[in-house]
Amino acid sequence: MNDKRIGKRTIKFPTLPEIIGAASVVGVKEGEGPQAQWFDKILQDDYYGEKTWEKAESKMLKNSISMAVENAGMQVQNIDVLLSGDLLNQLMSSSYMARDVGIPYLGLYGACSTMTESMLVGSIMVDGGYCVSAAAAASSHFATAERQFRMPLEHGNQRPPQAQWTATAAGSVVIKKNYGDTGAHDRHICITHGTIGRVIDPGITDTNFMGGAMAPAAYDTIRVHLADLDRKARDYDLILTGDLGIAGRHIMQDLTKNKPEFEGFKDIYEDCGAIMYDSNQDTHSGGSGCGCSASIICGRIIKELRQKKYKRVMLVSTGALVSTISKQQGETVPGIAHAVTLEVF
Amino acid sequence: MKYQKYANKFVDKPKYFLNCLKAFIAGGIVCEIGYFIQAAFMYFGVDRDTSGICSTILLICIAQLLTGFGCYDTIAKIGGAGVIVPITGFANSVVSPAMEFKKEGPVLGVGSKIFSLAGPVILLGIATSWAVGIIYWILMLF
Repeated sequence: MNDKRIGKRTIKFPTLPEIIGAASVVGVKEGEGPQAQWFDKILQDDYYGEKTWEKAESKMLKNSISMAVENAGMQVQNIDVLLSGDLLNQLMSSSYMARDVGIPYLGLYGACSTMTESMLVGSIMVDGGYCVSAAAAASSHFATAERQFRMPLEHGNQRPPQAQWTATAAGSVVIKKNYGDTGAHDRHICITHGTIGRVIDPGITDTNFMGGAMAPAAYDTIRVHLADLDRKARDYDLILTGDLGIAGRHIMQDLTKNKPEFEGFKDIYEDCGAIMYDSNQDTHSGGSGCGCSASIICGRIIKELRQKKYKRVMLVSTGALVSTISKQQGETVPGIAHAVTLEVF
Repeated sequence: MKYQKYANKFVDKPKYFLNCLKAFIAGGIVCEIGYFIQAAFMYFGVDRDTSGICSTILLICIAQLLTGFGCYDTIAKIGGAGVIVPITGFANSVVSPAMEFKKEGPVLGVGSKIFSLAGPVILLGIATSWAVGIIYWILMLF
């Protein structure tokens, strides 16, 4: 008897696992952007006192987790499982962070969709009774991503208009079994449903145009989530995608035009990549990276939910699943998007 | 590629004319600097060919220093191909990975990555000159 699967791909969490702690750490450029007031820590320097960019990213991730755990009123050693991912080969940032944190760890790779992927897996584990508490996190760093995927920082290459800027950011939430008590905060922010994404490849060859490549995957996941729950877009106060960026956001708005289930979508839709930076920060099509959605979800959205600004939100981080050699082999850019729906009780 | 065409509609088109103009002016400035250096050496009595070589060397040094100080990428954002096509671009393509991979040490970091961008240029440049040499030699037989 399987009453937790609804429709084609959506999962219900009947025990309503709740988010009891959240924190975000961002770099210099992000701290100068329009979301600065929401972040819990803004670095003075993207090296964060470390010798390498990778160590800096790992330290940001570790800090976001310890701050989220503190925000939850817990101790790190009492968290049952740590779920984390980043963009680096072999999940370097998460692995070395997990070494330092020392609790049971599951590394995840979803490219920039990792934040909601972590939250989804964390909710499954808590709701399924496999653990009482889970920390879900993700990070990215401009310099580590450029180093691995693109060109040296001092190289005089030009970025095209559709390019996005990998955010130097990390975010973490603590998900705990809902005991019904008031706990550390007045409101219960519960994860009610999740939809696991599937890889959608619309055939974009330009690895600079990730927003365009990921929009169909975001559309697919949101559409299925709504159809499975027999809901419309207007049943949500906010649908937030991860990093489609400015161009990708326009595409999403166009894809959902005139579709009955997306009625009201335009009024409640936003994208983390499109709002992370100001136009005068010259990022072209906005932000990207796991940390983009991670920091905005963990920094801003959770706070807004606590303030009861929204009742029900759908968070859909989006990822472009390229590798460092896929383009050279003639491959296109496949996208994926994972959705979690949060409600305030 | 239907989706590609559809998606491209949502991207701002680059300002081609303005970019070309900036590249033209930037490239012209680089060449003028090179010419000025050559003229300066010649003024001090150095012969024309050696002055030309000195000019190339100094342009490379300037590009390396600007890359090292972190200014080159800012200049290239405006100047585009105008600063990449001349020898200055080659210098930047060698120094920038060298700086980037210092963290992995002098041998496996800098040593193995320093020509990661310039390597194809060097390889194809030598291969092309070899091919041209062969063609020239064949033509000279007739």
